[in-house]
Amino acid sequence: MAILINQDTRVMTQGITGKTGQFHTRICREYANGRECFVAGVNPHKSGNIFEGIPVYANVIEAKEATGATVSVIYVPPNFAASAIEEAVDAGLDLVICITEGIPVRDMLHIRYKMRKGKTLLIGPNCPGIITPDEIKIGIMPSYIHKKGRIGVVSRSGTLTYEAVSQLMEQGLGQSTCIGIGGDPINGLKHLDVIKLFNDDNETDAVLMVGEIGGSDEEDCARWISRNMKKPVVGFVAGVTAPPNKRMGHAGAIISGGKGTAQEKLVVMEECGIKVTRNPAEMGKLVKSVL
Amino acid sequence: MKIHEYQAKDILREFGIATLPGAPCFSVDEAVEVARKLGGNAWAVKAQIHAGGRGKGGGVKIAKSLDEVEYFAKTILGMTLITHQTGAQGTIVRRLLVEQSINIEKEFYIGMAIDRLKQQVCLIVSSEGGMNIEETAIRTPDRIHKIFLDPIMGLSDEDADRLVCKINFPKYFETEVRLLLQNLYQLFDKNDATLVEINPLVLTTDNRILALDAKMNFDDNALFRHINIIELRDFNEENLIEIEASKYNLSYIPLDGNIGCLVNGAGLAMATMDIIKLFGGSPANFLDVGGDATVEKVTEAFRLMLRNPGLRVILINIFGGIMKCDVVAEGVVRGAQETKLLIPLVVRLEGTNVDLGKKILIESGLPITLVDNMADAAQYAVTAAKIRE
Repeated sequence: MAILINQDTRVMTQGITGKTGQFHTRICREYANGRECFVAGVNPHKSGNIFEGIPVYANVIEAKEATGATVSVIYVPPNFAASAIEEAVDAGLDLVICITEGIPVRDMLHIRYKMRKGKTLLIGPNCPGIITPDEIKIGIMPSYIHKKGRIGVVSRSGTLTYEAVSQLMEQGLGQSTCIGIGGDPINGLKHLDVIKLFNDDNETDAVLMVGEIGGSDEEDCARWISRNMKKPVVGFVAGVTAPPNKRMGHAGAIISGGKGTAQEKLVVMEECGIKVTRNPAEMGKLVKSVL
Repeated sequence: MKIHEYQAKDILREFGIATLPGAPCFSVDEAVEVARKLGGNAWAVKAQIHAGGRGKGGGVKIAKSLDEVEYFAKTILGMTLITHQTGAQGTIVRRLLVEQSINIEKEFYIGMAIDRLKQQVCLIVSSEGGMNIEETAIRTPDRIHKIFLDPIMGLSDEDADRLVCKINFPKYFETEVRLLLQNLYQLFDKNDATLVEINPLVLTTDNRILALDAKMNFDDNALFRHINIIELRDFNEENLIEIEASKYNLSYIPLDGNIGCLVNGAGLAMATMDIIKLFGGSPANFLDVGGDATVEKVTEAFRLMLRNPGLRVILINIFGGIMKCDVVAEGVVRGAQETKLLIPLVVRLEGTNVDLGKKILIESGLPITLVDNMADAAQYAVTAAKIRE
């Protein structure tokens, strides 16, 4: 049944009345089963309004109780985004997808510490979201490049994920679920968390993992894969040419103190039995080769 | 965002952490005047640049007389200081910090940083003060002690005392150091710091505890709530083109190659640089135009890249999602026309409204090479750059 979301998922949009929230909620609704899936919006000042047929509630709890939504997607501006996540966590939602870029690290540290006690999972922030093709998309990725299939995709990037998906399609390979976990240093689900879910998903045959410089998530994930993964995993890591101590666009994409280089990640991934390519134009072909 | 040592020390004092008396100076006369006012018979004259390793590079001197203060100030102000963190081109020294000099009994290292794996602030202490912490970690890892902090509670008394004991700080100073560490976390949390280092923290022969050097970095995403910190920004320490780019919300980093890159999305932008290198070429820059590229933004991106006289070819790699290919194409045409582009332009467009985008490029009559995928784009750009060198 793919991972995390499917056609039966019920979603609320936090920040539905903003320009970005409106735009993407509309597009997500038009995709596959979206009309059934997107059932509520949240805005404390516009409770009682209706956005194109979607009722707006004052807070997450009200939206959850009235509609049964268990997942939220957040498009609110960065200085309010962490409190939006907190509200969703307090309401006990299953999954929160935070698209917002530019949330202060301190806010994320505080909310992530609080989340240790609860069951709520977080995707992002600073991410394109998640899609289970031909069922539901929650986020900002272009939907038409996807097709239902049996390859799982997990990536820290946005457009590089679209590139990867389009290469899979060239090889005739559809996707079970594609997740962008985001480019921030402090985020929710990591490569490892998503890989574990794909490992247990009987609709996923192989996984494409796209990493980038900064941190050590790819290495941690690779070590787990070498001991536990039952399915082939292939990988690419962006930033072999990135200079040290420079933030490469994403807040989390930085080589600091000589740590977090793409080269180091690729070496560990190879040692752990993951097939990697250093050519970003070969991701799709590499997946095909391991099936 | 980074700040200077003297600015970091102001913030330390705000949080009750003692430093030596001293003041920033922008001229030799000022340096001598500050030393005279401070009094005493020895002074530290310290270059103020954002990079570390200043002492080894000759940017920190101890003066034993006012004449020596003058001499060192003259030598250091205006010098190009090269350290392991500045790169080979170095940084010009424009500010000094003049402080009283002291006699040191013992030096310690205190650092606070964000641990991405644990998702907590990590306090790092070591008995090896004055050393580069990465080197200590390799040479004597047993002398580094770490603790991860609860974001609300900060550092508990017990944990603080245990750390003080581990680095062999004399028991007599336990309460003082405990308070110092706890205040340091307050400073870190309240100011949205991402790194705070006191290296060294010293115990003086007359039993004072002082921060002898200080380094602080702050979260760019949180500056909107810290006007006081924004005011400390020193544009001289930053790359001019990067500042210019940030005004247009473009993420731009100059590199030393000859193939300009204009890409949407940070991951794809890095991958584009990587494939250029893999095919034997060399990228001239990292440039992420973001997800909301307007015609103006793309035009500006062209101007930024073209400031590099070594540029031989421009590679545009766009995977349109929210951003539509026709908008990018219009920007490319406008950018090429307004900058009277004379170097080859290779464009790979994919995604939303791709056909419309390609049509705009073809009908523009500009000498643009359109390719269908990333590999072809890189191959073409690398070859074109080689021919033109």
